[in-house]
Amino acid sequence: MKWSELFTSSVGKKFVMGLTGVFLIGFLVVHVGINACIWAMDDGQMFNRAAHFMGATVVIRILEVGLFAGIFLHFIQGLMLEFQNRKKRAIGYQIPMANRGSKWYSRSMGLLGTIILIFLIIHWKQFWIPSRFTELPDVTYDNGNPAPVHDLFGLMKETFSHGWVVIVYVIACISLAYHLLHGFQSAFRSLGVYNSRYLVLINGVGIGFSIIVPLAFAMMPVSMYFNWV
Amino acid sequence: MEHYTMNLTLKVWRQKNKKDNGHFETYSVSGISSEMSFLEMFDVLNERLVVEGKEPIAFDHDCREGICGMCSMYINGRPHGPWEGTTTCQLHMRAFKDGDTIVVEPWRANAFPVVKDLVVDRSAFDRIIQAGGFISVNTGNAVDANAIPIEKDKADTAFAAAACIGCGACVAACKNSSALLFVSAKVSHLALLPQGDPERKARVVDMIAQMDKEGFGSCTSTGACEAVCPKEISITNIARLNAEYARAGLTTDK
Repeated sequence: MKWSELFTSSVGKKFVMGLTGVFLIGFLVVHVGINACIWAMDDGQMFNRAAHFMGATVVIRILEVGLFAGIFLHFIQGLMLEFQNRKKRAIGYQIPMANRGSKWYSRSMGLLGTIILIFLIIHWKQFWIPSRFTELPDVTYDNGNPAPVHDLFGLMKETFSHGWVVIVYVIACISLAYHLLHGFQSAFRSLGVYNSRYLVLINGVGIGFSIIVPLAFAMMPVSMYFNWV
Repeated sequence: MEHYTMNLTLKVWRQKNKKDNGHFETYSVSGISSEMSFLEMFDVLNERLVVEGKEPIAFDHDCREGICGMCSMYINGRPHGPWEGTTTCQLHMRAFKDGDTIVVEPWRANAFPVVKDLVVDRSAFDRIIQAGGFISVNTGNAVDANAIPIEKDKADTAFAAAACIGCGACVAACKNSSALLFVSAKVSHLALLPQGDPERKARVVDMIAQMDKEGFGSCTSTGACEAVCPKEISITNIARLNAEYARAGLTTDK
């Protein structure tokens, strides 16, 4: 067996999807944690400093490259699988099986993932590019560290003052929730976790994660739109 | 349940041979007993077609007691019909009521080409088994049945996986036409037992390579296979196969 086969056979492709999936789940934990600082009720100081730390630390900048590699690998492999798999049944059924036996979201991972990718492009345009490449107004806080930091909090408040942006973000979060509801447990199964004691744990944690994390993300634009922060 | 008779409308896929495009044909059948099996209902229809000088409907069947894995009808949008854990031959007409319309299609997958009407070619499964789904250890004289200790739980799990009759309902149900439930049942059944251990790495690698060659899709864990399996093979076998494959890929010599 060649090394490449381990990642290119039909089971190998599952490993790629599972490994990148778990990595992206890990990223979501970091992202939601840092963003939750907007609720510190200090006019964005804690959040701006946390965001500054993420942008200014070399280890995290290196990880960021890995993150983009992971996202694109997950997306390209996922889309290729979707198209290849569809071709395996040239003549379909008169009466499709539909929801008798599987959940709609487990059969719609390609669609949900595409919605998430479209959202990500909008999201990068709105936040990631301005904070990394184009100039953002700085703010200086006078307690201890005099160095100025980007006012990402101000950009969030401005961006989420538009209703349509909030709606786009909420739709993306709902897509993410359903994507995770299948993807979380499926990723671990793909990586070969079969012991029922772990599967029970992973299913439970997966459902909790799929609800809590997207809900927290969705509440961020909503809180800003309604001026709760 | 009370015995009753019913009149039904059948929409059946008819296809002369591999090259024919095929079409649905509608038949009315009357006086069908609720005690008949689904295949007996087809026998009644076929006898009538023969008397009328028409070509009877070709369908696969053998044991008619749910253990051989030959029957393979996709009935009203579900492989093996509406009952859970049941093969087509064990599906009885009491599952339907008078006046019902029943749509019967063959298994649909590129790897299972239609031979005629409802008969599909499932020899791809045989070739997957030939690639590694066996034990080639020389056993010598028959040994005492209890000479090799096997944990009861493992023996039970291996037996549950060995219950797979290779009917192909998992492929028919899967949106990707993946055969992974079948392959994982065969891999698990042998990997769990000491007799299967010596060849476990080559077995999983070779069987997956053959499965990919046959043109089945990749598994995306939707669970449709497990839901329609007449032998109720658990999808956990697929996770076990993934672990077997990773282990083989990472630790194999060559």
